[in-house]
Amino acid sequence: MGDTRGDKLFGIVNTIVLLIILAIVMYPLIFVVSASISNQLAVSSGKMWLFPKEFTLVGYQKVFQNHDILVGYGNTFLYAIVGTSINLVMTVLAAYPLSRRKFAGKNIIMFIMVFTMFFSGGMIPTYLIIKKLGMLNTMWSLVIPNAVAVWNIIIMRTFFQESVPAEVQEAAMIDGCSHTGILMRVMLPLSMPILAVMTLFYCVDHWNSYFSALIYLTDRAKFPLQLILREILIQNQMDKMSGGATSLSEQIMYGQAIKYAVVVVANLPVFLLYPFLQRYFVQGMTIGAIKG
Amino acid sequence: MSIKWLRSNWELYALILPVVAYFIIFHYIPMYGVQIAFKDFIATKGILGSPWVGLKHFERFYHSYYFWRLIKNTLGIGVFQLVVGFPVPILLALMINEVRVKKFKKIVQTVTYAPHFLSTVVLVGILVIFLTPDTGIMNQIVKAFGGQSISFMTEPSWFKSLYVFSGVWQQMGWSSIIYLAALSGVDPQLHEAARVDGASRMQRIWHINLPCILPTIVILLILNTGSILSVGFEKVFLMQNDMNLESSDVFATYVYRSGLLGAQYSFSAAVGFFSNIVNFIIIVAVNFIAKRVGSTSLW
Repeated sequence: MGDTRGDKLFGIVNTIVLLIILAIVMYPLIFVVSASISNQLAVSSGKMWLFPKEFTLVGYQKVFQNHDILVGYGNTFLYAIVGTSINLVMTVLAAYPLSRRKFAGKNIIMFIMVFTMFFSGGMIPTYLIIKKLGMLNTMWSLVIPNAVAVWNIIIMRTFFQESVPAEVQEAAMIDGCSHTGILMRVMLPLSMPILAVMTLFYCVDHWNSYFSALIYLTDRAKFPLQLILREILIQNQMDKMSGGATSLSEQIMYGQAIKYAVVVVANLPVFLLYPFLQRYFVQGMTIGAIKG
Repeated sequence: MSIKWLRSNWELYALILPVVAYFIIFHYIPMYGVQIAFKDFIATKGILGSPWVGLKHFERFYHSYYFWRLIKNTLGIGVFQLVVGFPVPILLALMINEVRVKKFKKIVQTVTYAPHFLSTVVLVGILVIFLTPDTGIMNQIVKAFGGQSISFMTEPSWFKSLYVFSGVWQQMGWSSIIYLAALSGVDPQLHEAARVDGASRMQRIWHINLPCILPTIVILLILNTGSILSVGFEKVFLMQNDMNLESSDVFATYVYRSGLLGAQYSFSAAVGFFSNIVNFIIIVAVNFIAKRVGSTSLW
């Protein structure tokens, strides 16, 4: 049975609206990329509005000459790797016992975790604990206080329950395998897709976060990239950044170029990974959504 | 559960122990530490040793100039965000679900999910760049139509709209994933039957797709409503400046300013505690209503 005329019209309108949405979502992203490789005079005068004009890489050159940005980049890499490793270990450690059909205390532990999603002590008491533990101004203040996300534990637990056949687990148990053995040799090798999703989620969180660093770090040498970005993009602190400029107008131009280039550079790692992991993260989201 | 079971399963407890310890140290001890809201915190005496002062800090906050401003802004942003931000992903999911060309569907999904991965700093940075007075692209458009350059970021009346719509831009695709998943679970036979009965696509969306994803919608509505007062610190703080403070100051940013910058630990802990409690009450209430009205609820 074919579509009626009304249904065809509906299809066309639907497509057009989606195309408009696509344009709205893509435009700012394309603009930033184009602006980062354009002459800033063309950008600020409005001549460059979609495609690059008067190609130049001066912005990127300035970014890679900038000490703060490079240090921030390095710090963020370190924090993301250490943080994500801790996250993954903790998530698996929590998810495995909770995925067992028989585990005395499962409900209590689950409640302890889920309750924190709805209620917290707040910023100040948490800060005082971190201070008391001597974590202020150390990397640990960025990776330990958010060592695990409840939502991800739920997703992981559900995956263990649904996707690893109970018979396989029981067979391993009968063969005298310990729980640690089952986890390491049966569960984890079968959970690679979900581990990829978790890695992506946690990694992006660390890469993008600035809040913990803002509150807990005071030493500039330890600042992650996002705090440096905040200074450049939002607080407009670029006096030191535009080294080599001779005149004021040149300084402003360099400052502009750095802004666009740094946005691209900062998001590059995530967007390089994105196409490869897309398949997985949709899967991950839906496991959590339906069963959570 | 017998002793025998425990003996052969002790490992489970060993495995989960670090996680439970984490939750106790970094979530429950701070909850216990909230008592400083009822005390005058003195660093040398510690949380336990500081003297009790009852509701002093709460009263001071209630009588301060900030109380109503914070309520108004936090609720204002929260409600605005809910009203605009909540339906958009649902509509988007329903629309994507109607696309029959697989490749186009894939493109729409890939593109609309992407902004989710931008950091808050970068998002606000892009906002600042686009809305720069005079040279920003937005103001060039305004001027091209004969208008006056607007200083969007410092104008209090623009703050809430900018906050909400930039949020929609960033999150609509990502939030639609959940609904798309629910839509993929709709039984195709329902659609076949409706087609035979002569239902149009619009009618099928309205009478089949929407009811099928209603439970998902309700759950997310509860979750979203619950976070109305917990308007995130991260984005508000970045968009905030001295000029727009009047409409951008929310509980979280006030707690940060008075607590961490101003070192009034007890007072700001009281402010934070107040907003957490109200938040908690809202989520319990919404859940209760949802349970009464429909059959779906969080617990």
